[in-house]
Amino acid sequence: MSRVVHEFTTTVPVWKPYVTPLDLAEASREQLDALKVTPSNTKVSDYVLVLAHDVETLKHRTPLFNAVMYNKGGLSRAEREIGAVGASMVNRCIYCAAVHAGRYNQLTKDETVIDAIFADGNDADIEPRLKAILNFSVKLSKCPSDADEADLQALVDAGLGKDEILDLILSTSLFGWANRLMHTLGEPLAE
Amino acid sequence: MAENDDVIARIVGIEPGSALAEVVAGRADVMALTQQTHDGALMPETPGGLSHAERAALACRIAKINNDSEFEAHFETLLDKADASGDAARFADIWFDGGGDIRLKALMRHVDLVAHAPKDATRHDIELLREAGIAEADIVRLAELIAFVSYQIRVAAGLRLMRGLA
Repeated sequence: MSRVVHEFTTTVPVWKPYVTPLDLAEASREQLDALKVTPSNTKVSDYVLVLAHDVETLKHRTPLFNAVMYNKGGLSRAEREIGAVGASMVNRCIYCAAVHAGRYNQLTKDETVIDAIFADGNDADIEPRLKAILNFSVKLSKCPSDADEADLQALVDAGLGKDEILDLILSTSLFGWANRLMHTLGEPLAE
Repeated sequence: MAENDDVIARIVGIEPGSALAEVVAGRADVMALTQQTHDGALMPETPGGLSHAERAALACRIAKINNDSEFEAHFETLLDKADASGDAARFADIWFDGGGDIRLKALMRHVDLVAHAPKDATRHDIELLREAGIAEADIVRLAELIAFVSYQIRVAAGLRLMRGLA
């Protein structure tokens, strides 16, 4: 039996699409290219097979995602994950929050920060730098964005350089995108 | 659109040679991919069931939901270039709810929901699109359009704040 997960967790659920994923047997050349399907790599997630219905965005989206989250320099990988988690909490994307909270925990070997964020949201008792990052990401994720000069100044005061602030803007905004796909095109199930 | 247009740089007003331009240049790959996705979401070679004019008008609606008048103007320009005929342009009217047209009504309802409060979206919202006759691939095209424009508007909002940094 599986049930829909509604609470934030670091246990990654199974994502079940509402929309029919692309059938690889019917995929066009362009779709196969965007999916990076090769004879030796035929495992593609349902999520990506759903997105393959719109190959003209998917073909740019995958390299863009990797660049925003893994590019060298700038904000640490772990702190980019906090941007992703802040957005995913505002948009209540349980799946994205689980994956990226889990990545933060893996990268830092510390589960206390995510535990505090999932328990208390914006009021989480975490170190000032992480609090400024979380707060900025939550406010930028509202619609319309609620982030203002004071929130940006809080990042500067917490010691973030301009390159780090840019990376935080990008990872937070990227999850404004990812959440609007993952959370609206399918649901997270506990196995 | 010029081949080398960068919508975000233009809208934010990133001055060449400025401190902000230098920071953004460090992520030139991301900015270029963002522009390419913009073109793929707004002016795809294979638009499927969502015309270029409908995409531009819906994007304009999303800009309004985000209170972003500069993106609103940008998407209006795209709408003019797309040579809108029929009802497409009415999508940009935030007070228009589709009237008696079930397809228009479903598209706008979904755009308003997912742009503003994606947390409230459920399986039922996808079923409503299907019931309105919207094909599976077009449901994904619509989701990508809303999601991408929401991303682009946030990147620009953050960069506007950064303009003020010494």
